[in-house]
Amino acid sequence: MNHKLEIRNLTKTFNTEEGELKALDNVSIEVKPAEFLCIIGPSGCGKTTLLRMIAGLEHPSSGKIILDGKEVKGPSPDRGMVFQEFSLFPWRTVIKNVTFGLEIQGIGRDERYRIAEKYIELVGLKGFENRYPYELSGGMKQRVAIARALATDPAILLMDEPFGSVDAQTRNALQEELLEIWKRTKKTILFVTHSVDEAVYLADRVAVMSARPGSLVKCLDIDIPRPRKRTSVEANMFREQLLMLLSIERSKASISV
Amino acid sequence: MKLPGKDMWLWSVPLAIALLLWEFIAGYVVRDPLLLPRFSAVIFSIYALRGVLISDILVSLLHFGIGLGLAFAAALPLAIAMGWSRSIFKAIDPIIEVLRPIPPLAWIPIAMVWFHLTHYAAGFIIFIGAFFPILLDSYTGFRDVPRVLVETGKVLGCIRDRKLIKYVAFPYALPFVATGTRVGMGVGWMCVVAAEMFGVSDSGLGYRLFQKFYFLHQMDYVVAYMLVLGLVALCLDRLFRHFVEDRLFKWKRGIVK
Ligand SMILES: Nc1ncnc2c1ncn2[C@@H]1O[C@H](COP(=O)(O)OP(=O)(O)OP(=O)(O)O)[C@@H](O)[C@H]1O
Ligand SMILES: [Mg+2]
Repeated sequence: MNHKLEIRNLTKTFNTEEGELKALDNVSIEVKPAEFLCIIGPSGCGKTTLLRMIAGLEHPSSGKIILDGKEVKGPSPDRGMVFQEFSLFPWRTVIKNVTFGLEIQGIGRDERYRIAEKYIELVGLKGFENRYPYELSGGMKQRVAIARALATDPAILLMDEPFGSVDAQTRNALQEELLEIWKRTKKTILFVTHSVDEAVYLADRVAVMSARPGSLVKCLDIDIPRPRKRTSVEANMFREQLLMLLSIERSKASISV
Repeated sequence: MKLPGKDMWLWSVPLAIALLLWEFIAGYVVRDPLLLPRFSAVIFSIYALRGVLISDILVSLLHFGIGLGLAFAAALPLAIAMGWSRSIFKAIDPIIEVLRPIPPLAWIPIAMVWFHLTHYAAGFIIFIGAFFPILLDSYTGFRDVPRVLVETGKVLGCIRDRKLIKYVAFPYALPFVATGTRVGMGVGWMCVVAAEMFGVSDSGLGYRLFQKFYFLHQMDYVVAYMLVLGLVALCLDRLFRHFVEDRLFKWKRGIVK
């Protein structure tokens, strides 16, 4: 068994006022240790739902999620999550946001701060330890969120369009930083995005999802050696493939709506 | 918000003019101390009262402290429970909505038969007055904790409600609790006067004020007590702002100001 994470026949149906809504349909994926997997798909296809189920914030209607051989039952600090929206605790400074998970685990103050310092440095925010979130830019906030998710040393990092709300240049910088962090920490990363460029630049493998109800259309190995160039010919070929798969899905979505 | 400083002229000149105007109108226009005592006469009354004033202020503050303390101690746990659990809210809200519109003064007969002429009788009226503002504002705070912060808390290890409330909901709601407390203090202070006036006490500022009026028609003393009541309330409010709001809520600056 050399899978870090195994998702088996995962289906999720929501009960809404207009009746049942099938968000995910029979999704199965295996993720290797230290793999960088990007998940891409049309809006509303259930990417966030998938991540939330892995995080334990939502229960599957059927199917299983197995992390390190154990079935996921609820939230736990062994799965770090970076949310799509800003999620820093506004009443805590940068360093206190990063130490939050450690504090809950009952780790002593000095030890907490030592660990937090390490991750704050890793995301390039040294010197900002005592700032409050309102004093930070959007990109900085997401960096803190990443440091906070890493601080408890999770087995896997779940990221839901973490750079969706920052400008293009900051986004490129954050992507590079994330790759550096990934190289240094050897975490398994599941990264949801709707940007084909982002997926091709970051991922070992891209999982393309269908329009709602989301199911897996195709997994694409991005076997471009690293460090990658955003403008290389191979990158362009992968981009084209992904765009085509997505446009097929998008047209299906518009028909079914 | 601070009174002294470079804006001193901005408030001290109008204040001086208002006092002079009062003195002038009372002395040369109205010329009847029963209708409008002169400012100088009021100041003299305050001076004449210097021996007994302090003890009456202390008695009123004692009533106020009993009422506010009990209101806070009762409202906060209830607010947490109602804000956190939809079903507790549904169960308790109708009772609250029935009791809340009853004016605190309508409780005076009940206070008299339950507590007789003890400090608790006046304290009870203040309790009634302060309880609902504290409860409702705090409840709003606990109800409106953003979902993403709660889920971040869960993912970082706050599995049980108790920890979520302590580490996420409580700090988030604290400014709301403070606002409610401040409003409750205002209402409570009004109740101090009314409660002491209408016979649930035989001392305190409100009691003395009414005595001076009812038996002696000494309007300069009545106005003196009015001024003292206003000044004590002003001090309480300033102290509260200084020690609670300005210190605890640095992080709110980005949101409210
Ligand atoms: N708690 C819920 N109750 C009911 N329906 C839900 C709930 N959460 C999500 N859905 C529905 O499930 C579907 C998938 O939602 P999800 O947020 O996972 O999409 P997404 O792929 O992340 O979209 P986007 O790219 O826009 O973020 C949507 O149609 C959404 O309305
Ligand atoms: Mg989403």
